[in-house]
Amino acid sequence: MEKYLYIALFAPIVSSLFSALFTNTPKKQFVGVIASLLIFTSFVSSSILLSHILNGGDIVHVEMMTWMATGNLYIPFGFVVDQISVTMMMVVTLVSTIVHIYSIGYMDHDKGFNRFFAWLSAFVFSMMILVMSDNFAGLFIGWEGVGLCSWGLIGFWFHKEVATWAANEAFIMNRIADLGMLIGIFLIYWNTGSLQYDIAFAAMPALDQSTLTWIGIFLFVGAMGKSAQFPLHTWLADAMEGPTPVSALIHAATMVTAGVYLVIRSNELYDLIPHVGLFIASLGAFVAIFAASMALVNRDMKRIIAYSTLSQLGYMFVAAGLGAYWVALFHLMAHAFFKALLFLGAGNVMHAMHDELDPFKMGGLYKKMKWTAIMMTIASIALAGIFPLAGFFSKDVILEAAFVEHHYIIYSVILFTAGLTAFYSFRLVAMIFHGEERYKLFGIDPHEAYKFMLVGMSPLLILAIIAGSLKGTYFEMITAILPNTEYHLHSELTYWIMTIGTQLFVAAAIMYAYKKYAYSPVTVPDGTSKMENSFIYKLLKNQYYIPYAYEEFAVKPYRELSAVMWKIDNTVVDATVDGIANFIYATGENTRDMQSGNLSTMLKWMVAGTVGLLSLAVVFGLAARYSDEILAILSGLGV
Amino acid sequence: MFEAIAFYLFAFLTAAMFLITVTTSQALYALTALAAGMIFISAFFFILGADFLGAVQIIVYTGAVMALYAFGMMFFDTTRDVKEKKGNKFIIVGFATFGAILVVAIFAAPMVGENIVAHYPMTGAGNTQEVGMVLFTKYLIPFEVAAVMLLVAMIAGIVLAGKKMDLSLTLMNGEEIAKLQDEKNKKVLS
Amino acid sequence: MEIGLNHYLVLSTILFAIGLVGIMKRKNLLLLFFATEILLNSVNISFAAISHYYGDLTGQMFAFFVIAIAASELAVGLGLLIVWYKRHGTIDLDTMTSMRG
Repeated sequence: MEKYLYIALFAPIVSSLFSALFTNTPKKQFVGVIASLLIFTSFVSSSILLSHILNGGDIVHVEMMTWMATGNLYIPFGFVVDQISVTMMMVVTLVSTIVHIYSIGYMDHDKGFNRFFAWLSAFVFSMMILVMSDNFAGLFIGWEGVGLCSWGLIGFWFHKEVATWAANEAFIMNRIADLGMLIGIFLIYWNTGSLQYDIAFAAMPALDQSTLTWIGIFLFVGAMGKSAQFPLHTWLADAMEGPTPVSALIHAATMVTAGVYLVIRSNELYDLIPHVGLFIASLGAFVAIFAASMALVNRDMKRIIAYSTLSQLGYMFVAAGLGAYWVALFHLMAHAFFKALLFLGAGNVMHAMHDELDPFKMGGLYKKMKWTAIMMTIASIALAGIFPLAGFFSKDVILEAAFVEHHYIIYSVILFTAGLTAFYSFRLVAMIFHGEERYKLFGIDPHEAYKFMLVGMSPLLILAIIAGSLKGTYFEMITAILPNTEYHLHSELTYWIMTIGTQLFVAAAIMYAYKKYAYSPVTVPDGTSKMENSFIYKLLKNQYYIPYAYEEFAVKPYRELSAVMWKIDNTVVDATVDGIANFIYATGENTRDMQSGNLSTMLKWMVAGTVGLLSLAVVFGLAARYSDEILAILSGLGV
Repeated sequence: MFEAIAFYLFAFLTAAMFLITVTTSQALYALTALAAGMIFISAFFFILGADFLGAVQIIVYTGAVMALYAFGMMFFDTTRDVKEKKGNKFIIVGFATFGAILVVAIFAAPMVGENIVAHYPMTGAGNTQEVGMVLFTKYLIPFEVAAVMLLVAMIAGIVLAGKKMDLSLTLMNGEEIAKLQDEKNKKVLS
Repeated sequence: MEIGLNHYLVLSTILFAIGLVGIMKRKNLLLLFFATEILLNSVNISFAAISHYYGDLTGQMFAFFVIAIAASELAVGLGLLIVWYKRHGTIDLDTMTSMRG
């Protein structure tokens, strides 16, 4: 079983290194094919490990080699495949394989084709390290690795300044959060003496509440950066500057879920500090509705889907915060499938519309792109949580959990958000695929994507439909390691009222969206309509002016400070270093005159040298002759 | 007592002559003073009982060497003033004086080796005979080598100085010589 | 008063110092040679003096050979000087700086 672990872990890096050999050469088809094959190998290994775990096999725990063994600190490169990590591994490798295959078609005309696969596979490798590591240090390595690869992929088209800016923003925001995470890790080591999961968590019940609270808060700060919770959320929308497969893989299925994974992995910790959990849940609920509100008026297709991801992340944190960790993980899994499907479908639309992102400029694409339309519609239905698709089974349990635990505010917030989610998802679908064909005004001639891309996306489609049925098997497996909180309502009646009520509410939202955007004439807004100039619209459009606030109150002062520091560095540090060099130069210049070739000067130097040696002789002679007296004098002085 | 008078007299004269040699700006005076100094040094040799050496000093140095210098001086145009550029007088004289003091201090220190045994003791026969005896028996090889060396030097001198000179630099004045230099430099640099 | 070895040695040192001054000061090569002669002669005095006061002929032998060597050195030196003068028209030391570095 260990070999499957290693294959699953290292196949992506082999793929990345192989692709990296070709970064400077023009596009080569086989690079994409081989990369996809290697990731598929990783997927197969992960499935073998999954079946092993499902059949009740032991947890696979290996220690590859020692990393640090200094004093009391012992950190190995260790990897563990237990129920949590194998679930994550499955999700990651499955979505990665599909995205790789998709990218062969999507990046078809791109000059950096080979480089793309190098970065993408490196990302998969980092994510695998993150989920398979058995200690916090390995987790942090993977954490930073995915941050780096995300930077490289968001800024993939680096000659576009907006892309590099977005990449930097993502990376820097992640780094700010990582400081919190590092402090959390330090605290864990300080208080428990080890960074291994099993040892650390076993030692935690013995610690006092305030320490645990701080650890929990700091670890969550790290999760906030990676999973884009408020206030470190602005990078996720801007990260859409990267290619669409990147958004599908990183910002839907894998990287942003790393924060949720962290909380789930640390469930033993968060069980001990339920008030922090409540805070996490509240923040999650707030983010859910916050992001959904911004998606209502957005005119950028990918950003709408990005805000949708943000919102669903909020849902996951609500579940994790309330102690229903298995629910959070299940929602993570289901969400990965239909969100990746949505993004890939959006990629198809973008490609067809020649990188046009405004859904108001599309419309009626159903005729031209039937399969993409079907896929995106089904994905949106799953996202909205309609029975019997995947989203229903995960979302509804979250709603139940909130209700049963008597957190009625959270419950109402996420219920309302469910309606908003349905509305904006179908607003998007309706505007793109239904109604009149507005794209003809702009002279674009769309066509469907390559066949193999559609075939590649189909596993996601199937999973988005049937994932709900996996819930039972999943539940049995996961509760071996996670607390098996099941939520029982007081009465059957309440349950049915809740469920059916939610479904009706969501269906109403969908129909309203269709009515507004598919069956009524839609004009391309040009900034003059009444609604566009209303205060709420402007607020939502500008993302509550938060990016503006960050720019004004954080970025600009920091830039001024950096300019001052740069001046100091120039005048003080550089001057010192240059001064030393100049001094040496000057010494050399001045003694160069000794070699002037002038015989007279040389003769003078000879005489000077002779005189010097003679004086030395006299001094030493005197010292030798009068050595006894000199010793007497020196000992008299006390030397 | 005579010895003391002779010593101090000749010492003073020698030093004076040599001082003139090193300080005068006229080459002819320097040459003349040097020749005089050589004679006075041979006087020292005679005082010290090294007769042969004194005679050789007069013949070789004052006779041959000075004659050579005189011919050389005629060859180089020493009527033209040699502009002696800077050269800090204090450094020069200071170094030399300081060095001399040090050497004297070293010499004045009590001698370390008090019991020095003479290798080639003087037997009491006349100085010339003794020199001859030692020179042709114990110092034979250096003697022969010195002879060869003198031969070589003679040949070298003939070869080096034997070529004719086309232009007489003595009869040209400063600008013409400068023009000559420029032409030669142009030929070299092009 | 009794003239001892030290007197001769001091004299020799003074003459040597005069020679050093000449060497350091002179810019005309020919006059530099004169100063060299002074150096050699001062050393000869000290050799002869030591030979006299220790009753050893070695000093005088040394002085002989110094004279021989000085003569041959002078011959070759003047020859070279003549060749230089024919080429450059001057024997000023400050112009002979082609070995700078």
